[in-house]
Amino acid sequence: MITISPTLLTGCVALLCGWVVVGLAGLLRPGSLRFAGRTLFPLGALLGLALGLLAGASLLGGGTERLILPVGLPDLPMHLRLDPLSSLFLLLLGASSFGISVFAGGYFRQGEGALPGLLCLQYHLFLASMGAVLLADDAYGFLVAWEVMALSSYFLVTTQHRIPEIRRAGFIYLLMAHVGAICLLLCFGVLQGGSWLFTFDAMRAAHLSPGWAAAAFLLALLGFGAKAGLVPVHVWLPEAHPAAPSPVSALMSGVMLKTAVYGMLRVGLDLLGRPVWWWGLAPLILGLLTIFYGVLFAAVQTDMKRLLAYSSIENIGIVFTGIGLTIVFEGSGLETVAALALLATLYHCLNHSFMKSLLFLGTGSVLHATGERNLGRLGGLIHRMPWVAWLTLIGTLAIAGLPPLNGFVSEWLLLQSFLFADHLPHAFVNLLIPMGMALVVLGAALAGYVMVKFYGVIFLGQPREASLAQAHDCGWLERIGLLWLALGCVALGLFPLQVIRVLGAVTGQLIGATVPQASSHWWLLAPVPGRPVSYGPLVFLTATLAVVFLTVLAVRLTYHQRVRRAPAWDCGFGGLTPRMQDTAEGFGQPIRHLFQSFFEIERELPAPADRAPRYRIAIRERIWRLVYEPLSNAVERLANIAARVQQGRISVYLFYGFATLIVLLAVALMS
Amino acid sequence: MRALDWITQVLEVVAALAAAPAFLGWLNQCRAWLQNRRAPSLWLPYRNLHKLFHKEAVIADNASSLFRIAPYVVFGAMVLAAGIIPSMGTRLPLVVSADAIALVGLFAAARVFMSLAAMDVGTAFGTMGARREMMVGFLAEPALLMVIFVASLISSSTALPAITENLASGRIGLSPGLAFSAVAFVLVLLAENARIPVDNPATHLELTMIHEAMVLEYSARHLALMEWAAQLKLFNYVCIGFALFLPWGVARGHIGPVGLLVAIPALAVKLAAAGAGLALIETVSAKMRVMRIPEFLATAFLFAVLGLLVHVLLGA
Repeated sequence: MITISPTLLTGCVALLCGWVVVGLAGLLRPGSLRFAGRTLFPLGALLGLALGLLAGASLLGGGTERLILPVGLPDLPMHLRLDPLSSLFLLLLGASSFGISVFAGGYFRQGEGALPGLLCLQYHLFLASMGAVLLADDAYGFLVAWEVMALSSYFLVTTQHRIPEIRRAGFIYLLMAHVGAICLLLCFGVLQGGSWLFTFDAMRAAHLSPGWAAAAFLLALLGFGAKAGLVPVHVWLPEAHPAAPSPVSALMSGVMLKTAVYGMLRVGLDLLGRPVWWWGLAPLILGLLTIFYGVLFAAVQTDMKRLLAYSSIENIGIVFTGIGLTIVFEGSGLETVAALALLATLYHCLNHSFMKSLLFLGTGSVLHATGERNLGRLGGLIHRMPWVAWLTLIGTLAIAGLPPLNGFVSEWLLLQSFLFADHLPHAFVNLLIPMGMALVVLGAALAGYVMVKFYGVIFLGQPREASLAQAHDCGWLERIGLLWLALGCVALGLFPLQVIRVLGAVTGQLIGATVPQASSHWWLLAPVPGRPVSYGPLVFLTATLAVVFLTVLAVRLTYHQRVRRAPAWDCGFGGLTPRMQDTAEGFGQPIRHLFQSFFEIERELPAPADRAPRYRIAIRERIWRLVYEPLSNAVERLANIAARVQQGRISVYLFYGFATLIVLLAVALMS
Repeated sequence: MRALDWITQVLEVVAALAAAPAFLGWLNQCRAWLQNRRAPSLWLPYRNLHKLFHKEAVIADNASSLFRIAPYVVFGAMVLAAGIIPSMGTRLPLVVSADAIALVGLFAAARVFMSLAAMDVGTAFGTMGARREMMVGFLAEPALLMVIFVASLISSSTALPAITENLASGRIGLSPGLAFSAVAFVLVLLAENARIPVDNPATHLELTMIHEAMVLEYSARHLALMEWAAQLKLFNYVCIGFALFLPWGVARGHIGPVGLLVAIPALAVKLAAAGAGLALIETVSAKMRVMRIPEFLATAFLFAVLGLLVHVLLGA
């Protein structure tokens, strides 16, 4: 094993160990919120920032470093590797976790379930395990880190374990995590290809038959898809995200889902070598399904964190669509376009980690200020919580895919790669691609709908409850966290070219091609040579601001600035109350009405003569009744059959042992 | 020649700002004639704007600053959009930084800000208008993008001027894919600009409003900006239609005084015809129930996707 200047990698490992130490330090004074919040979480945040910087340096250098740590079982040392792909995701982990950890320092309150010190340990263990997943270079290390990640996040999800729903959400999460882990175990088993060496290098060198390679790919898709929240194995996500404390939701949605994307890219584009084009159809079709599914369910949610969870599902759909396109293109020999699609995918991962973390943290502040997660009891918070409201607005506009913020850039890149698909040699896919494009575009537009609902119902309008008048803005640590993430969204939106240069190392590593820059201007994104296609967000923003400024100036100079405040227009009847605004249910009504057959709707309408009329509506996913309930019933029946063998009497078990011995002896004698 | 390009750019924006109210006035005139009414003056929209700018702004008690920023953002977005669409010349310096996808994004940004502003005061009509506007938007926006993509695939570019140059230099007559798209585009145009089958710009009944319900709380200069932005939006949409389906008369390459002399009357003639056509559509159709609008727009979306499929199938 060659070791090339292991400074950056050892630095990363040291920082991950630092996180573990910070976590363990929480146990020194487990009950002290001040120690954990004011000292340890900011310290962890600084470690994250350092990790981001190291990863960024490694990404710019574009080199690969390896290290073998003699830890773990005898003869099974831990192989570590820092290459552009892992650097990128480490950068994502470091940069987002900085904002989230700073926020978390101000967020946790006394008496919220677990002790602060314990929370600190779980939180930093979670961070370190995600880093270890990204650095692992053998299947053992990867799976151990993967399991630590699943378990530490399970304990974080069930922080408030006294609430039954949260325990249930945690259970579903743990269950799905392990279904996924089993798939990964099998996947690595296939990947070693008979060599029984479980380092990733051996897997790269193994020659698999096409059938086994496809099996490994599908197992990876299922395993990593279960972690990422790909439909139909997404069911844990809308349960676990709302149950967790907000910084943990942000970390899970913003970073942990991306480790699954990392795994998919690692297996699909690196370990398996050159993929076959039709493999890409599976992530492409599932991704498109996920986009549509996620955004429709997001539109009808009434719990703000659940809404964001479904929106995460939608974004994971976009990412997997990109992965699918990349594989289809690469398998068809179109490297440049494949690089463009991969670039869009990676860019979207970065974007989503910033904007979704920002939104989850924003809902955390709202939750603390008001004690409400139900959209139907919020409203008008822009007056009470200006910091949270305006910073969340940036995240809202970004995730709605509006220029010149970051969500638009990755969607733009993805659409450009879709538009290239007319070069594909497969007629069937050529017809599929426009449909896919239509679904992506429809999903993006629906995301706008969802985000207007999210922001409008929480922050705008009149407060729907009297108690909201006592809501307070968030503290300074929380503000710094939100500000960092919002600045990330703006920077990723305004300087796409610089981001793409950094991402070039990754596309070069995985595809062997980089996206060219067809323009000589540093502010102009022109990824397609020979086609006049470009986008310059800085000019875009400057022009808009200039027009706005000139308009304000012109109106002020030509006319006047007089303003009078008056009550809102009530049609002359009077008695305008906050209850007359749209509720979250009301705002989602057109979607519910249009896509009725997608939802399982349970509705109680009041009768005309009711004294106290109540309207109640509950929406569930059909997938529970159609897939998961029959599945769990079948498992239970099987378990009952198996239970017959388990008598519980020691004599019966001794008999089993004896019978097995006889059978084995008989087999040995026969052969 | 670069200076001339910038002059074209400024000229296009100024022309759009100046002509947008007149286009609406012309549309209303045509409509009145078709409906046997006495037509209002062509200049009525200008007088209205002038009057509104003079008035004192009345703002609801609980309106936040978002409410006051929104009209400027919406107006700014529409002005910038006017600078991107090649209505007279195709050498527009601004276009390199915003292609057709960004243009659709710009419209979406304007819509989102308008909807958020409508929800800000927290009245029943505002939120209802916002909800309906977003409902129109989530189907109209993808349909518009799909329409643009057909033209983009034909021209290998998503920049509108490149599309216009390519389509204007090619054969006369629409390719089959574009013909489907043209139908879709007209439907989207009607929906996005709150014209008759979808919304009634002249309604006084709040319950049936979409656009008007959203701007119900606005007054004076804010209302003037919102109205002007709406007129600009209509103008922009019609110009997108020209750029995609009737690209003739637009000065290609570096514009000279001669090119301009051809481009301006050509645009005027096309606008006059489009205004008359829109007035005809609005006169012969009746307003739909709100929940029928998605069907109308789904038709548009379907037509646009069909156009794309036809284009791919025929390999044009």
